[in-house]
Amino acid sequence: MAIASPSPSAVSLRDVVALSGRFPLLAGVDLDVAVGETVLIDGPNGAGKTSLLRVCAGLVPLASGRLSVLGMDPGRQRTAVRRRIGLLAHASHLYDDLTVIENVRFAVRAAGGDIARIGPACERWGLVGRLATTQASKLSSGQRRRVALAVLTARWPEIWLLDEPHAGLDASARQLLDTVIAEAAASQVTILIASHELGTVEDIATRAVTITGGRVTAERVLSRQIPTTSGSVTHVA
Amino acid sequence: MWRDAVLVAGKDLRIEFRSRVALSQVAPFGLVALALFAFALGPDRVIMAKGAPGLFWVAVLFCTVLAIQRSVSVESANGARDGLRLSGIDPAGLYLGKSAAVAVQLVVLEVLLAAGVVLLYGARIAVPWLIVASCALGTIGLAATGTLYGALSSGLRVRETLLPFLLLPIVAPVLLAGTRIWQAGMAGGTPSDGTQWLRLLVVFDAVYLAIGVALFGPIQETA
Amino acid sequence: MTDDRSASTGTLPHPQASVAPNTGVTLAPVQTSRARVTEYTIGTLALVGTVATVWLGVWVTPPDKVQGDLVRLVYIHPGVAWVALYLAFGLAAVSSLLYLWPRTRSLFWDRLAAASVEVGVVFNICTLVSGSIWGKPTWGVWWVWDARLTLTAVLLIMFLGYMALRRVPAEPEVRARRSAFVALFAAVDVPLVHFSVNWWNTLHQGATVLNANLSPQIHGSMAWTLLLGFVALTLLFVWMLLVRYRIGVLEDWLADNELDLALAERQSEGAGLDDKSPSDQGGAA
Repeated sequence: MAIASPSPSAVSLRDVVALSGRFPLLAGVDLDVAVGETVLIDGPNGAGKTSLLRVCAGLVPLASGRLSVLGMDPGRQRTAVRRRIGLLAHASHLYDDLTVIENVRFAVRAAGGDIARIGPACERWGLVGRLATTQASKLSSGQRRRVALAVLTARWPEIWLLDEPHAGLDASARQLLDTVIAEAAASQVTILIASHELGTVEDIATRAVTITGGRVTAERVLSRQIPTTSGSVTHVA
Repeated sequence: MWRDAVLVAGKDLRIEFRSRVALSQVAPFGLVALALFAFALGPDRVIMAKGAPGLFWVAVLFCTVLAIQRSVSVESANGARDGLRLSGIDPAGLYLGKSAAVAVQLVVLEVLLAAGVVLLYGARIAVPWLIVASCALGTIGLAATGTLYGALSSGLRVRETLLPFLLLPIVAPVLLAGTRIWQAGMAGGTPSDGTQWLRLLVVFDAVYLAIGVALFGPIQETA
Repeated sequence: MTDDRSASTGTLPHPQASVAPNTGVTLAPVQTSRARVTEYTIGTLALVGTVATVWLGVWVTPPDKVQGDLVRLVYIHPGVAWVALYLAFGLAAVSSLLYLWPRTRSLFWDRLAAASVEVGVVFNICTLVSGSIWGKPTWGVWWVWDARLTLTAVLLIMFLGYMALRRVPAEPEVRARRSAFVALFAAVDVPLVHFSVNWWNTLHQGATVLNANLSPQIHGSMAWTLLLGFVALTLLFVWMLLVRYRIGVLEDWLADNELDLALAERQSEGAGLDDKSPSDQGGAA
């Protein structure tokens, strides 16, 4: 099922079908995302946006089709793939009994991330002072999102899969999120964002695809910015 | 693998330390079970002393089921289980870490239950090292199989009733061995009887630990 | 991908027609004639064998010197025990292993394992009951914790646990994997339980003087009848296995298609209402 791609393809799906019971979450998706691209995924509720991200993360097995992430098959080389991607899901993946800082430390270390980046990431997302030592059960949903984002920022994986990242965040956090995403995009990180609120992210995205009924039904080229291999960004007039 | 195991064990034990479920809920349950056995078998301490080894291990089994349920349910909230999978943590390390955490909790519970059995039933221990060895090896076996079955049943809504049903027949050898070794180690027992049962426990532990380390990855992806 | 269900059900193909190739048959699976012949042959042989065993066992063979007529249970009890403990369980374990092994993975092994366990439960209960009936006059009690009976009882609980696990609703592949793991872990445990229970029984000092040995001396016509009994019961197991497997295939097909048939029916309701605007029909499913 794996295709080792010679071109710098980050994520590649060929006619992917993924099922939940008898229900086809994805009904034949074709998608190619190159390294460094930022792709927006929109579509109506229940169309398969979340499922697409989960499939790319290797959480959902394929019923048919081929999937390649960073040239590897997520079904076979699970650990290798997962260490290099990060999924920001609806669920916070936090442990209620642990504090914020304990959760971040555990999540980063479990994923093999750099511990030194934890401090700065937490600071950036405002998880300092009393908040850092608050148990996760006492957090609001926006705060949980911040924790998950801090983990992502600390890990800084090669592929970011963001599922409705802006949901639940206040205005300053949203701004920060857009900044961080822009930084990531500028540093050759491949980003897939499933969202209804495209807003400011549209400016840095290269493409937007629309998913309906489990398939990609529309695609439009967005950005005026082309990521180059040197990491710098050139504007096309 | 070992690094991940230590990380996960530390996480689980820290959660237990914070929430104190094992200490404040499972331990009292174990002691209540001992009391119930006493009510059931009558106040004759001779009978209870004779039955102490078996009753101890039955109480331990009950506590094991609860401890495993707790170990599994910790990962249910907030989709933490998905989080663990996504992190790419070594499944073998995850297995060993969770088993170790359960084992530590069980050891604490066993100390309490052993004290209870000695005090409440008048059991007299003659060969302490046999008792300790049986508890150590038995605990490893219970934790190893329990974590395995906990993972298999983790996604199921009927886990509460299904897990004991699946687990308890499997750990029958531990119950038998533990009881026999205790009997050998009690006043009036024959210590040499205990050695072959200890060997059985070693084999049991080795087998299930090996299975867990080898298969926890595929099991994780199933549930 | 289009789905040509219309051929079998006569309804319209439904919009979400994206069933993966390996999730099943569209038409009801029909038993091949070779399978039917095999099933009937084995069934007949089993029936003949069992009848012959009963006839020989009850009327032809002599009673035992010690146990009298009670010994006639030897033609049944060891036979069902062999099937339950070794054949059914062994087959379930091997099938589960073959299911989990990537190269031989196929739902065939899963269904075979499940059928084997279910039929095994029947034989297991027969073992316990026949052992119990034999034991009452011999030992004076309905049950004794002799090694073999205890092992059989533990195995029964394991079998029932397996079946309970299969009752939990899940996709066939997920259910198959889960069941296969459980079967394997139980299989690994069996030798350990066997040894523990045997040592437990023999080392158990002085509680009873029951001779738990149920096996009398066998020779002559008794030996042949015993052998016939084994063969007949094995054939009986195989026949029940084939039938149960066939039922399993049909059950899976039904579950597979129940939802699709329901969806197709639902959508054919909506399609018939031509004067409705397209947006109204969106909420139907």
